[in-house]
Amino acid sequence: MAAPLSVQVEFGGGAELLFDGVKKHQVTLPGQEEPWDIRNLLVWIKKNLLKERPELFIRGDSVRPGILVLVNDADWELLGELDYQLQDQDSILFISTLHGG
Amino acid sequence: MPAPQCASCHKARAALRRPRSGQALCTNCFCAAFEAEVLHTVVAGRLLPPGAVVAVGASGGKDSTVLAHVLRELAPRLGISLHLVAVDEGIGGYRDAALAAVRRQAARWELPLTVVAYAELFGGWTMDAVARSTAGSGRSRSCCTFCGVLRRRALEEGARRVGATHVVTGHNADDMAETVLMNFLRGDAGRLARGGGLGSPGEGGALPRCRPLQLASQKEVVLYAHFRRLDYFSEECVYAPEAFRGHARDLLKLLEAARPSAVLDLVHSAERLALAPAARPPPPGACSRCGALASRALCQACALLDGLNRGRPRLAIGKGRRGLDEEGPPGPREPQPSGPPTSEPIPGF
Repeated sequence: MAAPLSVQVEFGGGAELLFDGVKKHQVTLPGQEEPWDIRNLLVWIKKNLLKERPELFIRGDSVRPGILVLVNDADWELLGELDYQLQDQDSILFISTLHGG
Repeated sequence: MPAPQCASCHKARAALRRPRSGQALCTNCFCAAFEAEVLHTVVAGRLLPPGAVVAVGASGGKDSTVLAHVLRELAPRLGISLHLVAVDEGIGGYRDAALAAVRRQAARWELPLTVVAYAELFGGWTMDAVARSTAGSGRSRSCCTFCGVLRRRALEEGARRVGATHVVTGHNADDMAETVLMNFLRGDAGRLARGGGLGSPGEGGALPRCRPLQLASQKEVVLYAHFRRLDYFSEECVYAPEAFRGHARDLLKLLEAARPSAVLDLVHSAERLALAPAARPPPPGACSRCGALASRALCQACALLDGLNRGRPRLAIGKGRRGLDEEGPPGPREPQPSGPPTSEPIPGF
């Protein structure tokens, strides 16, 4: 049983184009049976925030390869990736690397 | 689980794990390590000697932004001076916005900026015009083939205009690995033979070029830009979805997910490649029109422009360059068969 959470979801590196160009989203996640981990956050994002072309952001139950995920400015690799349990006031940033430089 | 402590300073919380070593580092220690590695790449490879006037290919994108920022930090230690050179390919709605980012950077970093435009250098041929000209030919990805060749030429010209002694570009390890894959997939023995080295020494009068970020993984370039709060332009070129490189990139991303070291391993494999004698390209000569390095009568840029001006854009694309061979035999030069007159001579560059 997970309590409601208030988190900031941010998109950068071009990923924001899939979200109406909006980079920062202050989000309240409702209380629910399952825990709020990144896996469930992605499901929520796909359902509630993603405006177009989900295949450019999500593959399977994770992000498309080439999209970096930072939680409070730390690589999600260090935190358990999809299994990381979200805390209130966390900031989750998705940066796309999939463009020329 | 909470993030581990930084393995270097043991004080701050780690922000990432480095792909190669697996070492967990905080943002400051990571940025310092990244900069130290670029310095090492340049010094160990003797890429940019003291006194070098370095033209930095600046597109406004993540790689050239990081490259310019890091080289600017290292410039006093290396004894080099920097000059930003931006190429305007004439792609409406895309390049203008990217150039705005470069201008902001030039102002913020107080670096001189020179912009060179395709329209000026190549007799009015912007990429939008090339795309229209190649649109009907059934090979939609060919406009990117033109851009790759012409942009290199434009960058060279820009570098000459500012009196540069060296040219640097922001290609990262992922770019290099994609190029290796592309060359294999296209059977391009000539490029495979040349592809391995860290720098091009500058044959045939061309300026020496190098890629100081060549050993940096794309992920680390993006994270460095993020941690240093660098402002860069991150939209995809409008023509990019048609480029062949996209297929190589998708394949590389899948490979990397299965085997993270695949990116750098591909680059190292290419460096160690030796071609069978029959596959080695002949020593290059000089373009009969502009004098640049060329393996045939005309260099790639002149050949591509020739095709465009004659209304036959596919003339110089593809293996064997069949179109070119139709126009005249190798050996003693014959006058070219007459076709529609070109409106301007191709400028000497």
